[in-house]
Amino acid sequence: MLWFIIIIILLVVGAVVFYISTYNNMVKSRNWTDEAWSQIDVQLKRRNDLIPNLVSTVKGYAKHEQDTLEKVIKMRNQLVEMPTDNRQATMAASNQLTDSLKSVFALSESYPDLKADAEFTKLMEELTNTENKIAYARQLFNSSATRYNNQIQTFPGNILAGAHNFQKVAYLETPVEEKVAPKVSFE
Amino acid sequence: MLFEQIQENKRKTVYVMIGFFALVLAIGAALGYLFMRNLISGVVVAAILAAIYMAMMIGNSTNVVMQMNHAIEIHDAREYPDLWHIVEDMAMVAHVPMPRVFIVDDPSPNAFATGNDPEHAAVAVTTGIMARLNREELEGVIAHEVSHIRNYDIRLQTIALALSAVISMLVNIGSNMLWWGGGRSRDNDREEGASNVIGLVFSILLLILGPLAASIAQMALSRNREYLADASGVELTRNPQGLINALLKIANSEPMQAADPSSAALYISDPFKGLSRPGAHLFDSHPPIEDRIAKLRAM
Repeated sequence: MLWFIIIIILLVVGAVVFYISTYNNMVKSRNWTDEAWSQIDVQLKRRNDLIPNLVSTVKGYAKHEQDTLEKVIKMRNQLVEMPTDNRQATMAASNQLTDSLKSVFALSESYPDLKADAEFTKLMEELTNTENKIAYARQLFNSSATRYNNQIQTFPGNILAGAHNFQKVAYLETPVEEKVAPKVSFE
Repeated sequence: MLFEQIQENKRKTVYVMIGFFALVLAIGAALGYLFMRNLISGVVVAAILAAIYMAMMIGNSTNVVMQMNHAIEIHDAREYPDLWHIVEDMAMVAHVPMPRVFIVDDPSPNAFATGNDPEHAAVAVTTGIMARLNREELEGVIAHEVSHIRNYDIRLQTIALALSAVISMLVNIGSNMLWWGGGRSRDNDREEGASNVIGLVFSILLLILGPLAASIAQMALSRNREYLADASGVELTRNPQGLINALLKIANSEPMQAADPSSAALYISDPFKGLSRPGAHLFDSHPPIEDRIAKLRAM
């Protein structure tokens, strides 16, 4: 009889420990995805702050490229006004901005003075840095999201996930050309 | 494929580490047998020495290793913005804290990581690597180094370094004592007979071959870990070509001057280009670059 009680107690303790650790792991994984998203968010804001400087620097050298510059400004403002809780739309807008930034950097090839400008070189490194950080943070977000989604969809996590309302996280789509050569390089 | 490689590597590492510890204890036992007539006390002394050494190395390894390799710390993005930003990127995607960053003034391209755990880690690159590699290639190299940090290879190398130091210290003590005629008295030897002679010969052999075995073990550890760091580095950048190009550039360059011989195993590629020991692959700290590139191409 004593043995029977001990076994029951051990089983209950085991189940509770298992429950707690599974729950905590799921919370931890979800926090990882949120953390990765906040990394992206920080970099998006930083890039938005850098773009006015870039435009004013480029303007001084390339007066006839008004269209390219206006497009960048338009894309940037669109991203600034967008509420960041819609992750998919934010990333889509961000990808468009990345594309239009590429065309600004391409200008440096036709304007040697611009390419030699110290301020422009510095901005180029800063923007390359934010672009890469966005790409890497997105990669981190997606791998964290995969981990989290696996946890809440496989047994026995799915039971806990149902009981505590853990929602599946949607992946951030990678732009097509980045799948071939993943990182942006403005060099 | 990558997962199995990691598992295989972890298993091999465990074997080598066990062998390493056993070697330290065996040398301790040999010393005990020779000079204290007692295997156990020798083993205890060796174990205590190893523990003290490891505690010392683990506490302060980064500063020691950086000083040995003439590395200078940089504290922000001002001097080498691209390097600083790439280290930030790789630390972020590998989910480790930002390591300390060092520069070694040497025209030969190379890099290494060291430290005890991801919270106390450092990466160092040479000025040569900054001059010759483009951003993509540098990313491949830094991803490799950050993988060493994330996989705890840096701690493994630190422990291996400490154990090798303990072994060479024990052997030094032993050979000094033998030279000055310490140890067992002659009449005892005569009484105990043939089994004693075998024990004596075996102990002395162990003292001679110990350091050799230690460096073979250290190099074997390092060789395995290089493949693993290449593979997990590519997992971070998703771009094998960057690392391939970097390795090619590093392979086709002159040997380093600032590197310290005992930390050769830490570097991404043998800093001495195998010049010190031609032909003896058992002592290579790194797998051949062609093999590493072939593995990367297959990914």
